[in-house]
Amino acid sequence: MNAAYPRALIAEDEPLLAAALKHELAQAWPELQVVASVGDGLSAVREALALQPEVLFFDIRMPGQSGLVAAAELADAWPDAVPFPVLVFLTAYDQYAVQAFDAQAVDYLLKPLQSERLRKTVARVQKRLGERATAPPLVDEALLTQLRTLLGADARPSPGTAPPDAPLRVIQAGHGSRIDMVPVDQVLVFEATDKYVRVLTAEHEHLIRTPLRELLAQLDARVFWQIHRGVLVRASAITDATRDEAGKLQLRLARRSERWAVSRMYAHRFKAM
Amino acid sequence: MSAWYKKSASGCSASTVAASPARAPAFRSAPNIDWLAKLRHLLQTLAFCLAIAALQYAFQPDRPYEIPLVYSLAIGGLTWFCIDFGRHLFPSGIDTGWPRGLSGLALPACGMVLGYLGGTALANAWFGRSPWNLGGMAQLRVSVGITLLAGIVVTWYFYTHIRSATLLAQVNAVRAQATESQLKLLEVQLEPHMMFNTLANLRVLIGTDPPRAQAMLDHLIAYLRATLGASRSAEHSLVDEFARLADYLEIMAVRMGPRLRFTLELPDALQGARVPPLLLQPLVENAIRHGLEPQVGGGQITVCASTLPSLAGTLLVLEIADTGAGLDTSLQPGPGSAGSPGTHFGLAQVRERLFTLYGEQGSLKLIAGSAGGACARVVFPLNFSAA
Repeated sequence: MNAAYPRALIAEDEPLLAAALKHELAQAWPELQVVASVGDGLSAVREALALQPEVLFFDIRMPGQSGLVAAAELADAWPDAVPFPVLVFLTAYDQYAVQAFDAQAVDYLLKPLQSERLRKTVARVQKRLGERATAPPLVDEALLTQLRTLLGADARPSPGTAPPDAPLRVIQAGHGSRIDMVPVDQVLVFEATDKYVRVLTAEHEHLIRTPLRELLAQLDARVFWQIHRGVLVRASAITDATRDEAGKLQLRLARRSERWAVSRMYAHRFKAM
Repeated sequence: MSAWYKKSASGCSASTVAASPARAPAFRSAPNIDWLAKLRHLLQTLAFCLAIAALQYAFQPDRPYEIPLVYSLAIGGLTWFCIDFGRHLFPSGIDTGWPRGLSGLALPACGMVLGYLGGTALANAWFGRSPWNLGGMAQLRVSVGITLLAGIVVTWYFYTHIRSATLLAQVNAVRAQATESQLKLLEVQLEPHMMFNTLANLRVLIGTDPPRAQAMLDHLIAYLRATLGASRSAEHSLVDEFARLADYLEIMAVRMGPRLRFTLELPDALQGARVPPLLLQPLVENAIRHGLEPQVGGGQITVCASTLPSLAGTLLVLEIADTGAGLDTSLQPGPGSAGSPGTHFGLAQVRERLFTLYGEQGSLKLIAGSAGGACARVVFPLNFSAA
């Protein structure tokens, strides 16, 4: 799998900027092969999985889904046998406080690109690629932690775990002309589907339109744990977590028969004491 | 004494977070007392008392200075205390900072009576007797007269002083508010994300396509000039408004490439119509940011102008239609577009401007498009004569 020359994928929705990055990279890092250049967050994940490049340049603000969400999805779906690519985020304006992550697992570049800054990043990426040649890591924990923090900063006003000021107490779910009042205390699972969020209690299932992102902001993160991009479960209802043959974590909940897959992003919660 | 001390100690911490006087009117209980101002008032009062005592001594140099000094300080200090603290028990006028109506007169009157009686008793206790008994009725008349005169003068002095301070604070608060909202508007229009991405594109074009870079820079200059100067003119013609929208859309077209297509349709007959400058700008930005940007394939924006007859005269109808993500998402920032607090502010600002200028005759409606997308429709009276 290890190609002689490292390969890169660029995900940037503004065509001129994508071309310029490619051009600048050709000068700062002639050996790097840019194997694909895509313009949205969905293609970014698809192409990255198909091509498995060593380096990813993701714009944060992209159509389809943001670069942050794309990176998280990629971290989940990435095959175990292949080392995860080195990630570099691109942003025009530092609304994610990415500078706090300077020189850590995830690098970032500010637009307009400055050649000097790009050379620094290239050196860092090369160093990281060199390190992994000797000790290849799987998806590394530092990267996941950082992605979680960045996504948390994206989804919530404050990434802390403090409960929101006015926590949600009742879910109002429409059933035709009727509205069911479901106490949040009885809810075991919130699961995002295409258009709705499924709300599961021990016996019933309800559908609501409120996006999971908004629910997240109104729920106590200590009561409901996120275990997947689109799944929140009541922590106290979890009975056990087991690893299947493929190494994936599966949860079981009291009073529900389904098994719930835990994504790599959130697997850190389930470790024996 | 201990109660006074406690009060002042708790008051000190309160005063550091106290709102400006203009925003804290009419407190009946727990007033926000500015202790620094109180100390200043006390010192000013004491200075007055010393001056009065000195005057009295000058007229009656045969008697010891200590007697008028103690009486003056006791009466003046107590009167000040009663009036200056007593005024917090009444709702005070917003523009004067002084109790309203009759209480505004009754307060200093009561303060002076209490101050005179209490102060005299205090001073008597200090001397262990009444050294002024020697003078009898004449002395009583003199001291009541002095108290009355000094009380009125000092009260008037403080009244005008507090009043002007209150008015000044009010003016400053209003000024700060105006500056703040102007800054916020600028921040929305010169959104950093838009600015830096535009500059990034320019930087690329300078190297690869200088003529195109120049054209883009010209649009950016016109856009900046219009944005920074918009608050200075009350209105401009519709053809100018469309030209500014074209500047913005041309910049965005360079950035978004084939993902943005746009048409501006302005009938010749309406070119001279007068409109508030950059009224449509926030609506076009919304259509791009929340309509087209989230869509992988981008979309089309159409801006058009038409007229509508009504009972009150002809109305001008301006529509910004897009084939974007639609209304559901257009009002909520999605994951990639967090940090777009400008949306609601932008819409609210357009509504507010329309209401201020045209009252009930101006309106902004967001309509969901039949085939996805959204349409913002602005309606207000058609007018051709420059104001």
